[in-house]
Amino acid sequence: MRIKAFSVMAGAVAMLAFAFPGEALALNDHTPEWDKVWMHLLIDVGVIGAIFLVVSIYFLLSYTRKSEGEVGKLKQMSFGNSLAWALIPAFIFMADDFYLAAQGWNLWNSQRRVPEGAYEIQVTGRMWGWDFAYPNGAMSSSDVEYDETGLVTGIDGDGLVVAQGTPVVLRMSSADVVHSFFIPDFRIKEDLMPGRITYLWFNPKDAGEHVYTCTEFCGLDHSRMYGKVKILPQPEFDAWLASKSEE
Amino acid sequence: MKEWIFTTDHKRVGILYLIGTLAAFAVAGLMALAIRLELWEVGPGILSPNQYNVALYFHGAAMILGFLIPGLTGFLANYLIPMMIGAHDVSFPRINALSVWLYWFGIVLALLTFVIPNPPDIMWTGYVPYASQYTSGNSAFYVFTVHLIGFSSILGSVNFLCTIIYMRAPGMGWNQLNFFVWTIAGAFVIQLIFVPVLAAAVTLLLLDKYFGTAFFVPDSGGDVLLYQNLFWFYSHPAVYVILLPAVGALMEIITTMSRNQVFNYKVAVYGGVWGVVLLGSDVWVHHLYTSGLADWLRIGMMVTTLIISVPVGLLTISLVGSLYRGSIQYSTGMLYAASCLFLILLGGLTGIPLAMTSLTLHLAETYFVMAHFHFIMGITATFALFGAIYHWFPKMTGKMYSETLGKISFVLNFIGVNVTFIPLFGIGVEGMPRRYYDYAMFPQFQGAQQIATVGAFIIAVAMALTFVNWIHGAIAGPPAGKNPWGSASLEWTHADSPPGPGNFPTPPTVSEDWTPYNY
Repeated sequence: MRIKAFSVMAGAVAMLAFAFPGEALALNDHTPEWDKVWMHLLIDVGVIGAIFLVVSIYFLLSYTRKSEGEVGKLKQMSFGNSLAWALIPAFIFMADDFYLAAQGWNLWNSQRRVPEGAYEIQVTGRMWGWDFAYPNGAMSSSDVEYDETGLVTGIDGDGLVVAQGTPVVLRMSSADVVHSFFIPDFRIKEDLMPGRITYLWFNPKDAGEHVYTCTEFCGLDHSRMYGKVKILPQPEFDAWLASKSEE
Repeated sequence: MKEWIFTTDHKRVGILYLIGTLAAFAVAGLMALAIRLELWEVGPGILSPNQYNVALYFHGAAMILGFLIPGLTGFLANYLIPMMIGAHDVSFPRINALSVWLYWFGIVLALLTFVIPNPPDIMWTGYVPYASQYTSGNSAFYVFTVHLIGFSSILGSVNFLCTIIYMRAPGMGWNQLNFFVWTIAGAFVIQLIFVPVLAAAVTLLLLDKYFGTAFFVPDSGGDVLLYQNLFWFYSHPAVYVILLPAVGALMEIITTMSRNQVFNYKVAVYGGVWGVVLLGSDVWVHHLYTSGLADWLRIGMMVTTLIISVPVGLLTISLVGSLYRGSIQYSTGMLYAASCLFLILLGGLTGIPLAMTSLTLHLAETYFVMAHFHFIMGITATFALFGAIYHWFPKMTGKMYSETLGKISFVLNFIGVNVTFIPLFGIGVEGMPRRYYDYAMFPQFQGAQQIATVGAFIIAVAMALTFVNWIHGAIAGPPAGKNPWGSASLEWTHADSPPGPGNFPTPPTVSEDWTPYNY
């Protein structure tokens, strides 16, 4: 009886989970949504972890050996109990899994669906720097400079310059080994490899600068393969692009 | 000396495995200290970038291939399985001896990293085309290390599966096996099926690098993702090759020290262990969430990865449940086992965000991933193995280690691992990438890096004390007696400490209502 009630409940939770992401998110910025899913996740695993931990600590402290000849009193379970202890946790875990999967899927769809009219920039990773090609043929790049002791002295090149308010899609490939393009502030990354083209998109809502960096091991200067995303207001971006096109 | 080199006795083979694994662990641990020192401050430190990459390569490869897998399967299975099932040895003792020496040659080959010019710097994953076309390091040493240790594993798998199936004591049914025996069976089924795939992947790498083939060269029609798929097709199940015997050893320690039976034995075996084996082979794409694979594939493997929580959850419930109404005695081994109940939660639950494609788009290849797998695969498994070494120390040596020193080193160890890795979760979520020699773009992470480095040295002190304790105990410890923990398992009830040749003075037979957990 108990099993049946629990399975109905677990099923209901699972169905609720699927009911939520009915309408696709029309996100223009992944960061807040990522942070929201992350918070849900932390609460979710925090509750599970706390339950297991409290029970474990209670058992560890209260069932200590009182006398030398004492033995444990755990009894062989009946078939019904045994089954219940398998199915009920399995249903609860599965329901939670589907709930999380649904939440994650929702964000994923938005992360992978490039909005119409996104501004396309081609990115090439190479050992150990980045090249960015703009639709009008202008080029930008970034290379980290360091002195003979290995101390970083600066970054050569303008890096990834984009216009504020226009979604950007990066079409990415590698000139040599596998790299990965990661912008922590926008919560996105994807690998670049020779022979394949991958993509990422993000919406630069506010003017400012953000670090991008390589996250797939690529040899000696893997950790020196970074630069800045520079988000400029549209007029400044246009001026920058014009100056680059003349070069 | 001669009787050790030519031995076919499973106990001596087991101890040879143990010596090899602890040697690999010690050297790989020293590499970890060098890595942590390098990261003490932003900018270059005690190592050059190449030395740093070689240290990372060796740390990863030696810890996984030289320490964790052979420690939890090679050593523990060899020493315990025949005795737990009441057999005098394994099915094929001479193949067993071959497999330990293949493993030793693998360790020697790995240690040559420090001798040869241009040592491998390709990380333990050896991703192409870096490892095949661009590195100046000798990737062949990595490939041959994998070949030797892999071949050793395959021989071990066949041997132990045969042993478990055919050499059980008269009267011993499947549901009377020690839980540890089941986890080893699961681990060796995984090894038998998947190791050849890893061997194939690295062999293709070898051919690409030295013989001019183009399996992974896109310009000639190859594909770099093929390597990543083949590599993780083995290397994710490999996590369970480590984790399952770790859980098995924990279960034996917990049930013995609380004189209890396994909570829900059949569900833990048929649902937990075999559920992990079955599902664990269908989740490898979560290592490739940001590799540009088809979106539908990533979503499919997100679901299978999340569902892994069901069998792992059942195993955890059985571990905790086996304490219920028990009679717990805290030996050093039991302290390690109890701490694993916390570590397995921390390591396991931080895996859940990494199962989700959308969260992993940010978390992949950061310190968050690194801290996660160190907790679940590195630390939980190491603590389980150390707990097991303490627990079966009286059986192996006939002598007792110092409980006081054991408990002091345990406390230091537990503090050390948490001080090291918990701050790394934090900066991982903030975006600190793995495998970085320098972190000039994130100077704000220096504080957390320094806390982690301090933690690493606390671990080093704890490990040194642990080794001193074992060596001193093995030489000069007081006699331990046949069954100091009062266990009901055959290796304690029927064999001497240490057991002689053939294990049992009289071959044991078991009755229908016998289990290793009858207290």
